[in-house]
Amino acid sequence: MSATTEPAAAVAAPSPVVRQKSSTWRHIRYVLSENPVTLFAAVLFLCFAAMAIFGPAVAPYDPLASDTIRALEGPSRAHWFGTDQLGRDILSRVIVAARIDLGIAVASVALVFAAGGLAGLAAGFFGGWVDAVVGRIADTIMAFPLFVLAMGIVAALGNTIPNIVLATAIINFPLYARVARAETITRREAGFVDAARLSGHRDGVLLLTQVLPNIMPIMVVQMSLTMGYAILNAAGLSFIGLGVRPPTAEWGIMVAEGASFIVSGEWWIALFPGATLMLAVFCFNLLGDGLRDIVDPRRRT
Amino acid sequence: MRAVLMRLAGAVPTIFGVVVVTFLLTRVLPGDTATYFAGPAATAESIAQIKASLGLDQPLPVQFWRYLVALGHGDLGMSLTTGQPVLKELVTRLPASAELTLCGLFLAIGIALPLGVLAAVRQGSIIDHACRIISTAGVSLPVFFTGLLLVYVFYFVLGWAPAPLGRLDTFATPPRPLTGAFLIDSLAIGDFETFRATASQLALPAITLALFALAPIARITRASMLAVLGSEFIRTARASGLSGPKVVVTYALRNALLPVVTVLGMVFSFLLGANVLVEKVFAWPGIGSFAVEALIASDFAPVQGFVLTMAILYVLLNLGIDLLNRAIDPRARRAA
Repeated sequence: MSATTEPAAAVAAPSPVVRQKSSTWRHIRYVLSENPVTLFAAVLFLCFAAMAIFGPAVAPYDPLASDTIRALEGPSRAHWFGTDQLGRDILSRVIVAARIDLGIAVASVALVFAAGGLAGLAAGFFGGWVDAVVGRIADTIMAFPLFVLAMGIVAALGNTIPNIVLATAIINFPLYARVARAETITRREAGFVDAARLSGHRDGVLLLTQVLPNIMPIMVVQMSLTMGYAILNAAGLSFIGLGVRPPTAEWGIMVAEGASFIVSGEWWIALFPGATLMLAVFCFNLLGDGLRDIVDPRRRT
Repeated sequence: MRAVLMRLAGAVPTIFGVVVVTFLLTRVLPGDTATYFAGPAATAESIAQIKASLGLDQPLPVQFWRYLVALGHGDLGMSLTTGQPVLKELVTRLPASAELTLCGLFLAIGIALPLGVLAAVRQGSIIDHACRIISTAGVSLPVFFTGLLLVYVFYFVLGWAPAPLGRLDTFATPPRPLTGAFLIDSLAIGDFETFRATASQLALPAITLALFALAPIARITRASMLAVLGSEFIRTARASGLSGPKVVVTYALRNALLPVVTVLGMVFSFLLGANVLVEKVFAWPGIGSFAVEALIASDFAPVQGFVLTMAILYVLLNLGIDLLNRAIDPRARRAA
């Protein structure tokens, strides 16, 4: 779509740079209006971001305050999502948990973006032994079932939140390194890289100022696509008792706590945090698909 | 045949890498293993003694060699919580996990393949939309949550499924162990009562796993069928007057299967991880729940043994997938 409009716009416009920017916006608007699902995901994302930022301020109750007289009450006007076995308000806990769940995911994705992205960039650009080493590390990580490896890492390094972040980043490393490497290889010999090289820039500078900005869009899509997986992974780890510990409000733990009440019919304890978790992951997956359509329409499946 | 052997040899460095990583995981244990073993009342002397007896005072390469030798003897250490050798625990629990995972996988393939094919053949139809919704929603589902939902609906509300408490009712006797998979064992001795009981216990966890594995398989089947259906040999086949089903099944599907089989590797990675969560939800006595129990008790040897076993299983599965690829696609045979 943009490929056909852009050259014409560049010829007509007095200032091509400004013109191109507005055409990107137009393209985004076009994609959003064509694909209401992406718009829905974007709105949902804003809701989750607001929950994470303002969580404690908007939660109607203290997420840790227990009120044993009102324990295990179903959804009501006072407690929209009901109360758990200690009488804590589930809605408040679900809201407050957004910060920790999304925080873990954002931190791990940022970490793997930096580490995996740079490793892939270097591997693709320099080739040779750098490529071999990065490839071997990625292969070794991929040889494990990823969730199992994350379990092992957290168990070995210690049961803390930073280690959950690290483990989630490590299992995503191969994905980022591979995407960055493949994208770098296709641009390594590009004209603009050669031009910059001929004007005397060193390799490191070339990599960061010429190649990196050009693979950024693809990497951002990758980040959005893996956010959902990172959330799932962290929640899964805390569901089995790793990482975040009770009484902290966290979606995975809340589902784990509600699990024992499911068989006796108290569905709301597990359902609401679980459904919120699902919605968050769903939101990021849709958003990732939508971003990919904007950045790289050919990869649509 | 030689190519197959070459491929087998190619798995050796991967397995070596896996062993190195699992070894390193034990050496970064939080705190000091020796201090942990010695207990709170230990003196510096007794800690040093335990260190020496565990070989922890040796240089890393020596420790690694000892680890390899122990592995060679099938020694994965002892479980502190059960007091049994880890290998024995894993071997007795593996059939339960394998039965569950494979049932989930076959169920997923059985649903996802026809779904993907139909979605591609009738592009834009209701089936196509259903396929798209399932494949996007499926990857968003936390398995532990879907499992609980199924328990609530089918056990608590409808009462169709038995309580989510393991492989068989507490009062039922498991069939004589033959393969360890209760479904096969009970059929082998013609005990249909046990077979039915096993199947009803297995149904919910297997469906949970299948729901999870369905999405990537359906998605890739649809995409790859679409690509194949648009190619020229399909047009030729249609133009030659072959019937629709014949074109779709014998011509298109066979060619579309290759990416599907390749994606199975990724599906297995997800499944083996999801298996741990599902086993916890359904109190399934497999290696996943064993590892989770050990993790909570800070009993590290079983966790390490579990990670190693899963990784080696996964490497072998990928090997199997590669060989299957070869069987399906003659080009893969020649490329090697």
